[in-house]
Amino acid sequence: MTTSEVKPAAAPASEAILGNERKWTDYFTFSTDHKVIGIQYLVTAFVFYMIGGALATAMRTELATPAPDFVTPDVYNGLLTLHGTVMLFLWIVPAGAGLANYLIPLMIGARDMAFPRLNAIAFWLIPPSGILLISSFFFEPPTAGWTSYPPLSLNTGMLGEGIWILSILIGGTASILGGLNFLVTILKMRVPSMPLTKMPLFCWAMIATSLLILISTPVLAGALILLAFDLIAGTAFFNPTGGGNPVVYQHMFWFYSHPAVYIFVLPLFGAISEVIPVHARKPIFGYRAIAYSSLVISFLGLIVWAHHMFTSGTPPWLRMFFMITTMVIAVPTGIKVFGWLATLWGGKIAFTSAMLFALGFIATFLIGGISGVMLAAVPFDIHVHDTYFVVAHFHYVLFGGSVFGVYMAVYHWFPKMTGRMMNETWGRIHFALTFIGMNLTFMPMHELGLMGMNRRIALYDPQFTDLNVVATIGSYIMAVSTIPFIINAIWSWRYGQKAPANPWRALTLEWQTLSPPIIENFEELPVLQTGPYDYGLGYIPEKDPAELYSHAGEPAAAT
Amino acid sequence: MLLGIVVTLISLWYGQNHGLLPVAASAEAILVDGLFNVMMTISCGLFLLVEGALIFSIIRFRRREGDDEDGVHLEGNIPLEIVWTAIPAVIVFGISIYSFDIYSEMGGLDLMNHNSTPTEAVKIAYAPDLENGDMPLLSDVGLGEPPSSAGQPALEVNVSGLQYAFIFTYPDSGIVDGELHIPSGQLVRLNLQAQDVLHAFWLPEFRVKQDMIPGQETRLVLEATREGTYPVVCAELCGPYHGGMRTQLIVHSPEEYDDWVQSKVAQGNTAETLANLPGSDRTDAQYLANFVEPLDLDIDADALAQLQAMPHAHMASHS
Amino acid sequence: MQGSTVDTAENMVSAAEHNGAASHHEEHPDHRMFGLLVFLAAESMIFLGLFIAYMSFRLISTEWPPAGTPELELLLPGINTIILISSSFVIHKADTDVKQDNVKGLRLWFAITAVMGAIFLAGQIYEYTHLEFGLTENIFASTFYVLTGFHGLHVFVGLLLMLAVLWRSRQAGHYSHENHFGVEAVELYWHFVDVIWIVLFAILYLW
Repeated sequence: MTTSEVKPAAAPASEAILGNERKWTDYFTFSTDHKVIGIQYLVTAFVFYMIGGALATAMRTELATPAPDFVTPDVYNGLLTLHGTVMLFLWIVPAGAGLANYLIPLMIGARDMAFPRLNAIAFWLIPPSGILLISSFFFEPPTAGWTSYPPLSLNTGMLGEGIWILSILIGGTASILGGLNFLVTILKMRVPSMPLTKMPLFCWAMIATSLLILISTPVLAGALILLAFDLIAGTAFFNPTGGGNPVVYQHMFWFYSHPAVYIFVLPLFGAISEVIPVHARKPIFGYRAIAYSSLVISFLGLIVWAHHMFTSGTPPWLRMFFMITTMVIAVPTGIKVFGWLATLWGGKIAFTSAMLFALGFIATFLIGGISGVMLAAVPFDIHVHDTYFVVAHFHYVLFGGSVFGVYMAVYHWFPKMTGRMMNETWGRIHFALTFIGMNLTFMPMHELGLMGMNRRIALYDPQFTDLNVVATIGSYIMAVSTIPFIINAIWSWRYGQKAPANPWRALTLEWQTLSPPIIENFEELPVLQTGPYDYGLGYIPEKDPAELYSHAGEPAAAT
Repeated sequence: MLLGIVVTLISLWYGQNHGLLPVAASAEAILVDGLFNVMMTISCGLFLLVEGALIFSIIRFRRREGDDEDGVHLEGNIPLEIVWTAIPAVIVFGISIYSFDIYSEMGGLDLMNHNSTPTEAVKIAYAPDLENGDMPLLSDVGLGEPPSSAGQPALEVNVSGLQYAFIFTYPDSGIVDGELHIPSGQLVRLNLQAQDVLHAFWLPEFRVKQDMIPGQETRLVLEATREGTYPVVCAELCGPYHGGMRTQLIVHSPEEYDDWVQSKVAQGNTAETLANLPGSDRTDAQYLANFVEPLDLDIDADALAQLQAMPHAHMASHS
Repeated sequence: MQGSTVDTAENMVSAAEHNGAASHHEEHPDHRMFGLLVFLAAESMIFLGLFIAYMSFRLISTEWPPAGTPELELLLPGINTIILISSSFVIHKADTDVKQDNVKGLRLWFAITAVMGAIFLAGQIYEYTHLEFGLTENIFASTFYVLTGFHGLHVFVGLLLMLAVLWRSRQAGHYSHENHFGVEAVELYWHFVDVIWIVLFAILYLW
């Protein structure tokens, strides 16, 4: 596709001099290079994604039949708790952080993050947190769901629940430190020629994300501290037997966990705003609208949390208030979706794997967005709350949004990260399998929920068997779909075609340096010559790396 | 233009004929279904429009072989952006107002009305000092009487949720049962409370659901419009056998209902009902065995025996 | 989170301090104060969450504090409050001094602040040991201990940071009018701890 037209710039023989090659062992060290940390994040997150996916596949296997025959209901609850926690806290959050780590300094023309050492600390908190959590599965998994509502979470076993709390506190700390770093870096370390309004949209999205992380994650920490006291020290904050109130926990939990949904998806909103213009060869439609809508989403995201509690202990006025704020959040989200569509309209769309995943992102995220508006309506939510309709909704948002987004980002920036191209054919196979599997798994869940199947159950009414079997088949297809990706990624990393500095002919700054970039990113800090999306104005984005770095050594075979 | 008409027609048709909801058996259900159908119509239109535009772009604006040019340099179009900000805004405000209306018709706002009867003070064994009526912020949660109805509910039932069953107590007649029997065409008020952990009381065919919260009474007021037998489902994770926490709601005609009450009272308070509820001296497996038949579960005897042999931690934990 | 908060705060400062030494070959602008500010904003959200939880428990309960809770003594916490608030002014003198290259003054004022912080903590411990209710007595007691304890932990971290600055200031020229991030950071942190205490005192003791 696009790549084939660009003459692959032969790797300069002076790689060693340029210092853009990393040893594989560097990725296992306490490196403070944001590029190493970014890749560490992404690979670690992907490993946890595999684990979370295995848990999900086990759950779907159990649900292929109405009776609890594959695993016992106890184990099933452990599976669902770990699946939720791993996917959210160990996959999507670190994956977003990984992209942000890798891309932000490159996009704004900085040599590193504002606090490189803090950055490394934040990353190295993730593996212990994850290993701790996963290990609990082998002796006593937490079984109260990823929401861990008391009083259930207080009497399902202290060890598992304690590990769950500790693990999330560690992960939350990592997330806060990351968010702090992103915010300071974006606000303070842009090249002088880049005002905020010339920043790539990914950076705007990360500002919004970081603000959400910084405001809401500490409140979750507060809730978990209180929960830990209830669990271990015997206090009764959330335990009605001692005069506490379980609903207060729900408020504190959702004050983080609703914004968390935007923490999960906003970085990918940013990433898709980068990918679409490049592969459609057209400027992003409505730059300011997309940029500011991120901020509006993050503000509104902070005042919608109680829509998770419409059937809980919430008085009517609260239900109405949160219904309206939740509905309103559809407007800025809609602005983004329409903006992406308008960008595609009239463009010259190249069906690279990255673009395919971007298109899949829009197509599926739309469904999640629509069902989200439905769920905001209190009378309807009263019916479907805690059913498979909700499960379908958030998987369309989080799988259709975040997971498609991460894959898209990987296909798009893989050449930059590794200096090698990914195999496009296998990328397309990967996309087709993922897209089919995803829809097959989650589409039937809408109907299941509406018809009366509640979520988080190991045994269900046999009338729902057929649709559940469909969903289980879909989940197997999804599980299989990761195989082409893994093989493709590993093979391409080692033996893939060498990538030029700018294989997609993009205009943002990360493409104005070598692939992979040298240790401090730029030989000379770049000067902004075009806006990030000024396609169609005749700018020639290619810059011969040989020319770029000619003073660094003799280029081997460049023209 | 033609396309618009087609999309509108398809949406209108699908909004009425999606067949995605179970039968509507209560006054509330009809209201909720109306709202859902409207939302489904709008959603369907939006879905077709956006996915249509996406597919059209993919086909029409694909890059032709050998074309290395950029697309047109178009950075935005303010009037168009205003339009697609305004239209969704109008739609969501419309849905909000409609939902608000439905919610108040369902009796959701009744609870804010200070003239409504104060909720009875529930005395729970472990929190005897707690009187919900005095809690200024959290009292009266759930759905109240619909404003269209005159007078008080004819029947009141106390519902208690515990791992993993519902117990229905009829304060008027003293009946205690594991199934809910109500007459059709009358307002019934359910006072919900939980004894151990959070549960939720869900009637899919009635489209109503309310969490049962330990230490805080919640309530539902509903009116059955259709006789029959419907599931009662727990919809809040309450432990491993959460999926088995189901029972039946039987809607009788008023005459049949009276007969049922008579027969129950004649039998006396069925000790058997209570014995079937999970107690401290029973294992999960014995309890689960109760559900094998009604749920038609495919559990073979061996697995069940194996389960029975296993000591279970959770029973000991809720002391 | 408690444990990790300690680590974090320390690592923040120490990592940031080292940054200066291992800086790049070109001028790396100093964003550490801004970073600390953002960090403290996030930290204050934990407190805000806990405060709001406290207020919620209070507002939804029928009787507050629950029956049988003894009245809180106001005298000792009152004195403690005055000590802590005045220590904020004392530590500011250190900041003024270091900007005039007066390291001696810096050491003096930091030492006084540290002593005042230690007195505050000692007062807290004294109060804990003389209270008639324990952590699990009732929900008021639990919130009381968790809130004051979590704040006390922050005071303790502040003390450690001050001692670290004092330790480093032995080396001549470590702090000067050009290089005083450590001093400024600890001062800012201390003000933060102070402000939190004022809110906490107001809602816990006075309300």
